[in-house]
Amino acid sequence: MHRPAARPAFVEVEDLSLDFPLYHGGARSLKKTMLQAASSRVTSGLRAGSTGGAVAEDRTRRVVVEALRHLSFRLSSGERLGIVGHNGAGKSSLLRVLGGIYEPVAGRIHVGGSIDTLLDTNFGMNLDLTGRENIRLRGRYVGLSRTGIRALEDDVEAFAALGPFIDLPVRVYSSGMVVRLGFGLATAVSPQVLLMDEWFMAGDSRFRQKAHARLETVVRGAEILVLTSHMPAVLRTWCTRLLWLQAGRIVADGPVDEILARYQAGTAPVL
Amino acid sequence: MNALPPAPASLESGPRLEGGEDGLWDTQLLAPTPGSPTSRHPELLLDARLGRSRRSAAARTDLRDGLSLWRLGLSLGWLDIRLRYRGSVLGPFWLTLSSAVMVGSMGLIYGMLFHVVLRDYLPFLAISLILWQAGIGGMVSDACNSFVGAEQTIRSMRMPFTVQVIRTVFGNVIVLGHNVVVPLAVFAIFGAWPGWHALLSLPGMLLWLLDGAAACFLLGCVCARFRDVPPIVGSLMQIAYYVTPVIWKPSMLGARGWWLPLNPFDPLLDVVRAPLLGQTPTMLIWGAALGDSVLLWAAAWLLFVRARPRIAFWI
Repeated sequence: MHRPAARPAFVEVEDLSLDFPLYHGGARSLKKTMLQAASSRVTSGLRAGSTGGAVAEDRTRRVVVEALRHLSFRLSSGERLGIVGHNGAGKSSLLRVLGGIYEPVAGRIHVGGSIDTLLDTNFGMNLDLTGRENIRLRGRYVGLSRTGIRALEDDVEAFAALGPFIDLPVRVYSSGMVVRLGFGLATAVSPQVLLMDEWFMAGDSRFRQKAHARLETVVRGAEILVLTSHMPAVLRTWCTRLLWLQAGRIVADGPVDEILARYQAGTAPVL
Repeated sequence: MNALPPAPASLESGPRLEGGEDGLWDTQLLAPTPGSPTSRHPELLLDARLGRSRRSAAARTDLRDGLSLWRLGLSLGWLDIRLRYRGSVLGPFWLTLSSAVMVGSMGLIYGMLFHVVLRDYLPFLAISLILWQAGIGGMVSDACNSFVGAEQTIRSMRMPFTVQVIRTVFGNVIVLGHNVVVPLAVFAIFGAWPGWHALLSLPGMLLWLLDGAAACFLLGCVCARFRDVPPIVGSLMQIAYYVTPVIWKPSMLGARGWWLPLNPFDPLLDVVRAPLLGQTPTMLIWGAALGDSVLLWAAAWLLFVRARPRIAFWI
C-alpha cells in the first residue's frame, strides 16, 4: 500500500481536560446575560453522581460538565484502542476531541495522520439533498478531482445499490437505503486514524453481511483505531488495548482481557 | 445544513482515499488532486496551554484551509439556494418576480409622496432597493445563521468555519444575481442605461464580498452564543433601512443631511450604487467605505480568534 505521507500515524494525549458548557434558559440570551452580569448573582455548584461527568460552575458562573479530566495516553501505529465506560463517562467526548471537533480546555492532543470520524448516526448527510449530491459534497470535502468524484460516486452507488433512488432526495429513502448510502459513503475512505462509535459495528442485520467486509477493509487499512463499544465480542475481536473511563477519568488502561474482566465485574477503584 | 457525511476530521487531513488493501475498490482513482489542501502531511495539534498566539494561528489556519476548500463552499452555497426553491416552478426567479412587484408598487407610491419625476426616481429606487434587500439586508440576516445553520456538520466533523462563510456569502451572491434583473429592466425602460461606467462598481462589489465575509465571522460567532441576537439585528437593520438613503435620495435632505457619512451603510451602499446610476463616488465616500470595512474586519477577526474553539460547544 502506498501512502504519500510515509510517517507512521500516532496519537498523543497529554493531561487532556474538557469542559462542556451547558447553556440553558438565560445563558442563551444576550439581554439576560448582561443583566445577570450587572446584578452579580451568586449561585452554588452542584455535583452529580459518579456515572456522568461532574457538574460544576466555572469562574464566569457558567454551568459546565467536566466531561474529561487529566487524560494521558499514547497510541502508536498498529494499536487498536477500545474505550469502555458507562453512558456519560466521556467516551464520545473523547472521540470528538481526538477528531478535532471539540477543542480541549486544558492539556494537549497531537494526532499524526489523516483522521476519519464515524460518529454521527445519520452519517451527517443532508436529507433534503439527493444521494448523488451528498456523495459529491463529500468528494469536494475530501479534495477529490472531478474524476475522483466520479469514481467515488460509482463506488458508493455500487455498494449502496439504490438504483434510480440515487437521484432522489435522501428524505424519501427507506431507512435501510439511508443506512446503505451513508455507510457506503462513510467507509469509502481509509484513513490512518479511524475514530468510531460503537453503533457502527452493530449495524442493521440486513446489510450487516455486506457491510462487514467493507468495514473490515477500512479498519484494517487504518493504522490506529479508536472504538467505543459495550459489546465484549466486538472489543475482543477488534481491539488490542482497552481504556476504561469513568466520570471523565481513566480508571484503567491495559490489555483487553484483563480490563474487560475487571470492567464486567464492576470493580472500579474509588476515585 | 448538514450537507456532509461524517468525514475526515482534521483540517490538514491528508491523502485519504487509498483503497483498502484487499483491493475491494480502485486505489488510484480516488487520490486527491495534487496541491489540494488534503495532500499535505496531515496533522492535528490542539494545545490548550499555548494561549493567545496559538488561537490566532489556529484562526489563520482555518481561513487558509477554508479558502483552499472554496469549491466546497461554493457547492454548499449553490445547493442551499437550489434547495430553497426546489419544487417551485420559477425557482429563484420568484425572488425576481416579488422584487419587481415591490419596486413597481413602491415606486408609484413614494413617487407620489415625494412629488418626484418617476423617470428620475424609479431607476434610483429599483437599484437601491435591490442592493439593500438582496445585498446588505439579506447578507446581514444570513450572516447570523452562518454557523448555527451548519450545526450538523460542525458537530460531526472538523471543517474550517471559513467554508461556512464562503457558503453564506456565495448564496447571497446568487440571490443578488437573480434580483439584479429588476433594476436592469427599469434602466432599460427609462433609458437610464449606465453603460461601461457601471464597471466602476466592481471594486465596490469586491468590497461587499469581503465585508459580507466579515459579517459572517462576526455575527456567526455572536449568534451561535446568544440566540436572541438575530431578532435584535433584525430590528437594527430595520432602523438602518430608514436612515440610509434607500427609498429617499440624499439630495432630498439637502443641508440637513450632514450626518449621512456617519452612517456606515451609506458609503458602503454608494460605492456600488453610484456607478450604476452613472455617477462616480467621491474619494470621501470611498475613504469612509474602506474605513468602515477595516473596522468591521478588525472586530470580526478579533472575535473569531477568541470564539472559534468554542463554536462547536455553542451550537
